[in-house]
Amino acid sequence: MKIAVCIKQVPTREWQPRIDDGKRGVREQDASFEMNEPDAYALEEALRLREKHGGEVVVCTAGPARASQVLREALARGADRAIHVEHERLSSITTDPFVVAGALADAVRDEKFDLVLTGLQSDDQGAAQTGVILAERLALPHATIVMEVQVQPSDVRVKRELEGGWFQWVQMPLPALLTIQSGINQLRYATLKGIMAAKKKEIRKVSPTSLTAAHATVVSLDIPRKTKQTQLISGAPAEAANTLIKKLRDEARVIG
Amino acid sequence: MILVVAEQQRGKLHRASWEAVAFAQELAGDQPLDGFVLGAGPSDSAGELSQAALSAVHVVDSALLEPYTADAYTEALQKAIGDLKPTHVVFPHTYRTRDFAPKLAARLDRALITDCIGVKGGERPTFLRPVYQGKLIAEVAAEGEHPHCVSVQIGAFRADAAKRGSAAAAVKPLNVSIDAAAIRQKAEDPFQEAKQAVDLSQAERIVAVGRGIKAQEHIALAEKLASALGAQLAASRPICDSGWLPMERQVGSSGQTVAPKLYVALGISGAIQHVVGMKGARTIVAINKDADAPIFEIADFGIVGDLFEIVPAMIAELEKG
Repeated sequence: MKIAVCIKQVPTREWQPRIDDGKRGVREQDASFEMNEPDAYALEEALRLREKHGGEVVVCTAGPARASQVLREALARGADRAIHVEHERLSSITTDPFVVAGALADAVRDEKFDLVLTGLQSDDQGAAQTGVILAERLALPHATIVMEVQVQPSDVRVKRELEGGWFQWVQMPLPALLTIQSGINQLRYATLKGIMAAKKKEIRKVSPTSLTAAHATVVSLDIPRKTKQTQLISGAPAEAANTLIKKLRDEARVIG
Repeated sequence: MILVVAEQQRGKLHRASWEAVAFAQELAGDQPLDGFVLGAGPSDSAGELSQAALSAVHVVDSALLEPYTADAYTEALQKAIGDLKPTHVVFPHTYRTRDFAPKLAARLDRALITDCIGVKGGERPTFLRPVYQGKLIAEVAAEGEHPHCVSVQIGAFRADAAKRGSAAAAVKPLNVSIDAAAIRQKAEDPFQEAKQAVDLSQAERIVAVGRGIKAQEHIALAEKLASALGAQLAASRPICDSGWLPMERQVGSSGQTVAPKLYVALGISGAIQHVVGMKGARTIVAINKDADAPIFEIADFGIVGDLFEIVPAMIAELEKG
């Protein structure tokens, strides 16, 4: 089977974004980037499905030139080839999901994939929309927040996570699009052999002349306001621990 | 007119529906606000929703809406929105909304702003939503023609803040046809994986670990603190995903919701998926090396520092008695 995995390059989790002078964006120049974590699980799931059913895994991203880094990484983990929809306006930081989904749809439509996988949401913007919009643009049935995938001859049966520890099996015909939840599998990492092999694999560049219009724009960015008055306790570890335990006993009265 | 779409399951409203009503009332101001319920025989939910201060509650009743599928919901809502012509459509940001709302927005080709925690009303309202794992808040404006769709983060608004009406709102059935052949998903009944052996919701004290614990062998340190505090051990999702603690100890939107007297968050950044499960705790302690971690926004007591130094010092302090 032919599987597409859509991945996004996002700033690393440790990065503390700083708002730029225009107050509408962040200072991207001091960010370092990585593969969006739920997308890494989607890639792993695709590789496991290929091991079981044969076929091809194609990774796709829509992003600026720097996004090719996550495609190389995916190729090193075992993907067969890659598609890079490259446009400087497709920065992970500014783009809305309609723009990304539109760009991906145009690039993958003619490939006629049996299955398209994405992570359930991105670690940076967190809209949780791109995969589902992509499904609609490709006229595919979809399921979100998937924790298990069973491929059958002409359909797919998936376990969806619901809230509060509940699950549900859903079946739909192929081709289909699934958004994958973190923790569906155990991730593999690239081996040296994989990294060497990735250098010979194809990254097809697609340069769209125009992008879908954005349906939302950021008016301003701000740091979150505290909802609680936090007492920050400083000092050396022993001293801080002593103060904290005292406060929990005497002020908060939550320990004996 | 603004339309708020309540979520219901077998005649019962999802608790986040009332939170979405509270948000929608703030967005609506003086404009008319209507409610909306869909399902197979959702009249009990419609009755419950009609207690809110709403101009009307519209109901779409179809056997094809149970069990839930994204295809049936999208079609029903697309047609209902076409009939009712709201300027804004508000949803609770539940797992179900996440499944169908982007598809609906794509089909309508209209804006969808997800996971909102606030609204600035007016001629052209804007919406506040967290970005970068809650490290920043973006104020976002919808572009293009109405309707604009918005989903409201669970827990961002209080259900009891939703204004009740002086009399029940009129419940109005709405006829929309759903094409059974166009529903591609076949959904089975929801189930729970195993009876949860650990009921964290009853715990008086909880020590929870996040990514900052770094390795499985360090879980023992958190366990030791938990036992010194008389607390249950819990974790954020990534720890359970890695298999370092069983899934039944997960706190957050996909795990348990807890409200202990004391919640000690060790190396937990405070991503919203975790925070929704624990922000009801009476006293929250955060220990994290990152001073900018969002967990400090909801903490009563915070220590910015290395948990591997602070936790042993806390254990020593507690053992002194």
